[in-house]
Amino acid sequence: MTTDVLNDQDSHESEHHDDHKMTGIKRWLYTTNHKDIGTLYLWFSFIMFLIGGALAMVIRAELFQPGLQIVEPDFFNQLTTMHGLIMVFGAIMPAFVGFANWMIPMMIGAPDMALPRMNNWSFWILPFAFAILLSSFFLEGGAPNFGWTFYAPLSTTYSNGSTAFFVFAIHIMGASSIMGAINIVVTIMNMRAPGMTYMKMPLFVWTFFITAYLLIAVMPILAGVVTMLLTDTYFGTSFFDAAGGGDPVLFQHIFWFFGHPEVYIMILPAFGIVSTIIPAFSRKPLFGYSSMVYATSSIALLSFIVWAHHMFTTGMPLFGELFFMYCTMLIAVPTGVKVFNWVATMWRGSLTFETPMMFSIAFVILFTIGGFSGLMLALTPVDFQYHDTYFVVAHFHYVLVTGSLFSIFAGAYYWLPKWTGHMYNETLGKWHFWCSLISVNLLFFPMHFLGLAGMPRRIPDYALQFADFNKWVSIGGFAFGLSQLIFLVVVIKCIRGGEKAPAKPWDGAEGLEWTVASPAPYHTFSTPPKID
Amino acid sequence: MTTKEYETYYVPAQSHWPIVGAVALFLIAYGSGNYVSDHFGNNPTDDGYGGFLLIAGLGLIIYMLFGWFSNVINESMSGKYSHQLDNSFRQGMSWFIFSEVMFFAAFFGALFYVRVFAVPWLDGAGNNVMTGEVLWPDFTAAWPLLTTPDGTETTAMGWFGLPLLNTILLLTSSVTAHFAHVALEQNKRLQLKVWLGLTILLGSAFLGFQVLEYAHGYSEEMQLYLTSGVYGNTFYLLTGFHGMHVTLGTVMLIVMFFRIWKGHFTPENHFAFQAASWYWHFVDVVWVMLFVFVYIL
Repeated sequence: MTTDVLNDQDSHESEHHDDHKMTGIKRWLYTTNHKDIGTLYLWFSFIMFLIGGALAMVIRAELFQPGLQIVEPDFFNQLTTMHGLIMVFGAIMPAFVGFANWMIPMMIGAPDMALPRMNNWSFWILPFAFAILLSSFFLEGGAPNFGWTFYAPLSTTYSNGSTAFFVFAIHIMGASSIMGAINIVVTIMNMRAPGMTYMKMPLFVWTFFITAYLLIAVMPILAGVVTMLLTDTYFGTSFFDAAGGGDPVLFQHIFWFFGHPEVYIMILPAFGIVSTIIPAFSRKPLFGYSSMVYATSSIALLSFIVWAHHMFTTGMPLFGELFFMYCTMLIAVPTGVKVFNWVATMWRGSLTFETPMMFSIAFVILFTIGGFSGLMLALTPVDFQYHDTYFVVAHFHYVLVTGSLFSIFAGAYYWLPKWTGHMYNETLGKWHFWCSLISVNLLFFPMHFLGLAGMPRRIPDYALQFADFNKWVSIGGFAFGLSQLIFLVVVIKCIRGGEKAPAKPWDGAEGLEWTVASPAPYHTFSTPPKID
Repeated sequence: MTTKEYETYYVPAQSHWPIVGAVALFLIAYGSGNYVSDHFGNNPTDDGYGGFLLIAGLGLIIYMLFGWFSNVINESMSGKYSHQLDNSFRQGMSWFIFSEVMFFAAFFGALFYVRVFAVPWLDGAGNNVMTGEVLWPDFTAAWPLLTTPDGTETTAMGWFGLPLLNTILLLTSSVTAHFAHVALEQNKRLQLKVWLGLTILLGSAFLGFQVLEYAHGYSEEMQLYLTSGVYGNTFYLLTGFHGMHVTLGTVMLIVMFFRIWKGHFTPENHFAFQAASWYWHFVDVVWVMLFVFVYIL
């Protein structure tokens, strides 16, 4: 099948599609091509990653030693807020949508995304949304300073005047996410090549399918809660104000009803990427494919009934505390299934350790550490102690940085040959991996102990006994930030040249994307391949 | 199945409409942010330019919608669309409506939480005795919340009268929309126009009465304002967002009316009409929920 499809594609391309490709800036502004749009998403997310990272470096510089030295406390709050917002909505999510755009049509044998023009619209909203968000740094009161979770009344009664810009920026980026997610769902439901039944789809496609459902379900909730925030701040409503009969805790309920599925929106695609890469470099099929599908779906469903574990200290009724504790612990079951399957896939495989595999193995181990600290936080009585400490910061950075971000790196190295037509520089890739691995653990591991010892998060100063650990954490932070420049060099070198990549550079790789040439032709599968 | 395999999926060439739409959304968002900050922020001023940006953005997005949709209509009428692409549109619209349902779910969720938990707790329900004693000892929990903890007073909007009339109007309009659809499928163009026109009239009447109801709420006699505590908040935000959706639905139906006038749509091929009618049924269902939970209970 492999060569047939390849030849068919090549002849087909040259006949019909040459006139479609514009050059210059118009190609990128007007494009309806899923590969162009995927590229745009990936570059956008990388730029946002560098900006968000720069903010984090300032945070770590301030925390390098106790006392206030570099920034004012209010500006520190703006830094932590914007770092969170940019990394969540600007770096991680768009990176995954970039992967979805590039890979899903190729993996299911579709000519493009189902709604190509809307695809372009979803992308181009994002730079504008972040322009608005970033421009708020230059407002009179400064950028949002109420934390990325924008709890009322910090964002309402005590707003520094940035709330309106923040709300409308969130509105349009939410619209972008919803359109992007609808496009992914419709593409997967409607555009699969003949013969590709749901249970024959690559797991990568499954995870994005489920993620997209989560997005369609919860991004409107986010739109709703920021709307209430807007009216509370500017139009005199009192949804989150007890004096008018509302409740600030109501904000947290609605926010986390969005926020917890949002967490899985940022990790399920990572599962998909890792589940693609580990079998390829173990030269074995994925262990327990169908259990992976069911585990992913269970995690997604459970994500809707665990939100209040972010709010154990708000004084919920006892029943609520117990319900959300048990439901949260239940998530460990499907997650455990996944980790077991990844390990079982590697078991007795003929493993090789190219950069994508290195990042994937690191993902499995380090994400599991993040999962364990999550399990600790799920225990209500224990969470009373850990809430709002650096333990929480350590936990979610383990799942988001060594989890989601590492999977993004793994995926980028894995598919760079397909995207650019060149092999990346393996030596530099290894350098990137080892520098990142060591520095990221230096950065985040000591945070667990800082948190257990009682260091609160989101505070620009700390007690003297935390000084040594914070120094090492900051050094780790700077090293991790600088290590990412290696990645930038690898990507640029790979785009500009390098060893020519064959159609299938990884001998253990499976999937339709490896049946087309590298770099992938501008249009692929204009005629769908047949899957047996 | 065999025919489907040989259909080609239409992938449009470059289009400049999405970037126009992105700029429009930027103007709307930035303009609104500016306008709201200037006029309702901590230091209100009148000399901002946010309003102009907002209006420019709205104008631009209407221009974009015209251009984009006329592209789509032309492509559809020139037979470029396959059955599969039609399916993409259907599924896309269905998921869009689902996302709208979730948007309303956020506000209904707030309403239920406030009624079931927040307001009783302020009066000391559950383990919150001290909350009631210490913060507002005179406060008594009730729904509709006519006297807030800080003493703002208002009156409740009853369900009889205008709301009931509006319920009848909107439910009827859902039926007429369905009749219009049936008429289109049987290719009875005159009946189609009559039923669709009637639907638009009913929808517009609903909106007119909704405006009257708001005017009534804002009168001296009722004093039900957006700022009248959490009852007024939920009332106006839920009915207000519903009203906006009815407005959008009515506009869609009016566009469909003009397209039918121009001879568009066949009994087999009329997805745009169907999408508008789905949307109309959706706003109708939301209204029924509103009528039950905001007005009656």
